[in-house]
Amino acid sequence: MTGTSHPDWLASLRRVARAKADAAGLPTRRDEAWKYTDVAALGVGSFLLAEQPRGAVPEVAPLGDTIRLLLVNGNLVAAPDEPLPAGVVVDRLDSGFSAGVVQAHLGQVIPADAKSLATLNSALFADGVVLRIGAGVKVDRPFEIVSFGQGGDEPVAFHPRCLVVVEEGGSATLIERHLGSGSYFSNSVVEIALADGASLHHYKQQDEAAHAVHVATTGVSLAGGARYAGVLVQTGARLARHEVHAALGGQDASFGLDGAYLGAGQQHLDTTTFVNHVAPGGASRQVFKGVLDDQARGVYQGTVLVQRGAQKTDAHQLSKALLLSPHAEMDGKPELEIYADDVKCGHGCTVGDIDETALFYLRARGIDEATARHLLIEAFLAEVLDQIEVEPVRQAFAAVLGERLEGAHATRRSDDHRQG
Amino acid sequence: MLEIRNLHASVDGREILKGIDLTVPAGEVHAVMGPNGSGKSTLSYVLAGRDGYEVTAGSATYKGQDLLAMKIEERARQGVFLAFQYPVEIPGVTGVNFLKTAVNAVRRSRGESELDAMQFLKLARKKAKELGVGEEMLRRAVNTGFSGGEKKRYEALQMALLEPSFMILDETDSGLDIDALRVVAEAVDAFRNPQRAMLVITHYQRILDYIVPDKVHVLAGGRIVQTGDKDLALELERSGYAQFVGQAA
Ligand SMILES: Nc1ncnc2c1ncn2[C@@H]1O[C@H](COP(=O)(O)OP(=O)(O)OP(=O)(O)O)[C@@H](O)[C@H]1O
Ligand SMILES: [Mg+2]
Repeated sequence: MTGTSHPDWLASLRRVARAKADAAGLPTRRDEAWKYTDVAALGVGSFLLAEQPRGAVPEVAPLGDTIRLLLVNGNLVAAPDEPLPAGVVVDRLDSGFSAGVVQAHLGQVIPADAKSLATLNSALFADGVVLRIGAGVKVDRPFEIVSFGQGGDEPVAFHPRCLVVVEEGGSATLIERHLGSGSYFSNSVVEIALADGASLHHYKQQDEAAHAVHVATTGVSLAGGARYAGVLVQTGARLARHEVHAALGGQDASFGLDGAYLGAGQQHLDTTTFVNHVAPGGASRQVFKGVLDDQARGVYQGTVLVQRGAQKTDAHQLSKALLLSPHAEMDGKPELEIYADDVKCGHGCTVGDIDETALFYLRARGIDEATARHLLIEAFLAEVLDQIEVEPVRQAFAAVLGERLEGAHATRRSDDHRQG
Repeated sequence: MLEIRNLHASVDGREILKGIDLTVPAGEVHAVMGPNGSGKSTLSYVLAGRDGYEVTAGSATYKGQDLLAMKIEERARQGVFLAFQYPVEIPGVTGVNFLKTAVNAVRRSRGESELDAMQFLKLARKKAKELGVGEEMLRRAVNTGFSGGEKKRYEALQMALLEPSFMILDETDSGLDIDALRVVAEAVDAFRNPQRAMLVITHYQRILDYIVPDKVHVLAGGRIVQTGDKDLALELERSGYAQFVGQAA
């Protein structure tokens, strides 16, 4: 921690959260929302709370020309020192500069849930970050928030926190990256409040260290005509859970989230979404594509709630998984709860393996089997990556997916060798 | 170039090829005709190495090597090319990426240098133009949303790019309009040379006007039941296959 004392309201928010988190404990598989993912079993409850990082700041190449913030173990170590566009504020949550905005939104975007790890984050986060885009301000340069985890001799826990407020008619792009080394537990919370007509593109990369545990709770509140377009690419961590709560509270709001994930070894990758259509005319679209190899396990739980007043809602969710190994596993549970009568809703959930006919066609043109598989997997994930409108980001995310696929093939080839 | 001896093959435990004998010397074109379901595509898949097509007896020798022992991609690299009766749609894989990967895989195996992006594009555009394949088709996903005729032209384009030495054209003519048939057939015919050979599977005489075969075989009930010269195709056009149907089973 920084030693500066928090303002009263923040201190009390943290106290209340602390009491709730202590009383509730970590989620267990008896909680419906955590049926498939056992985070407590990994011992994260006993990890030490990370201290201020010592030593060199890790080097992470930026994804193009971005306005960058770097958090190490939840502590802000690098903030933009260049002048920001007019109408843009980037600040620490507790600095007081944006106290009004912070107070209005912090802890408000994600529904209160005593069991959730978001509460634990509220109790324990170190330096939170607030990003505020003023009314009518359109920021072209993307913001890039990098959370870097540094595990020491003992595994550590930290709780990155971020609040994004886009005021009436403003628009911005946020790149959120989670990287690291060693063994740690990152319990991140991002709250996004979009006012009338505001718009945010949000590109998140979860490429944590192989031994890390990553839990993220993202809340998105959308006022009238607000637009959120998210892309989530998960390749890292031994266990990861990305939980999204979206509330379309204003008329004609639009929420889109596309996800691509690649799991190998013993990885466990969970995406859980709650999309709440409150107001009429809203649209939500979710497309998740996963590739699971070895003994990896994927989870998609998606609940779409269409409330009585949310007529003319258009809601779709689709989860598709490719299993590359007989020991990989996918649990998909899309759910629609509809209380309005004039709506268009659909969901789908498929699990399959690589299209053998396509594989034969490629090989019949001289392409070796590993490359042919690689092409087909990339093609499968391309639909998601193509949603990324910032080219350096799309390329970087695609490159990491490509590398991981290569890695998996290389291991398999050497395994074949040993057996042969 | 290709020697098939007493080839038996089964799909899902059902015997489809029941003893095929067929020799295609270098420089020759052989047409294969025969009723629906007689095993023509099965023969082409067996030669290309498709999984699930189990060879239960017999042999196929290509340039003196055991073709059936080679992996699918190995056969292609050695110069065996199958133009599919039903080309496969592969959403998400762009034509340029697919074709370049294939061309370079084959070039590598021949000890030739790989083409870079510019060199490849230049070549692909030239060949595409010759075959009436639109440039925008190169940018689209492989076969995805192509019309029946477009798919067949695209097969011909792949052949032109990979420069195989043994081609199996499985009903490449069906689906092509009259003009496209001429363009594609003439391109295939121009490909003939003393080092190359091909099997042209077809139901219609018309393609054989452009690619005049050295021999015509009738495949019925999983066997070659008759072999003749190019006139056999004309005769079949008149008489149909009734005379062979009883004979085959
Ligand atoms: N995967 C399969 N499973 C079961 N039967 C199959 C399979 N593939 C082919 N067959 C059967 O094998 C037989 C031969 O089929 P094939 O496609 O080789 O015929 P063909 O001579 O090419 O016919 P066409 O002129 O209609 O293209 C048919 O009876 C067909 O139903
Ligand atoms: Mg056929």
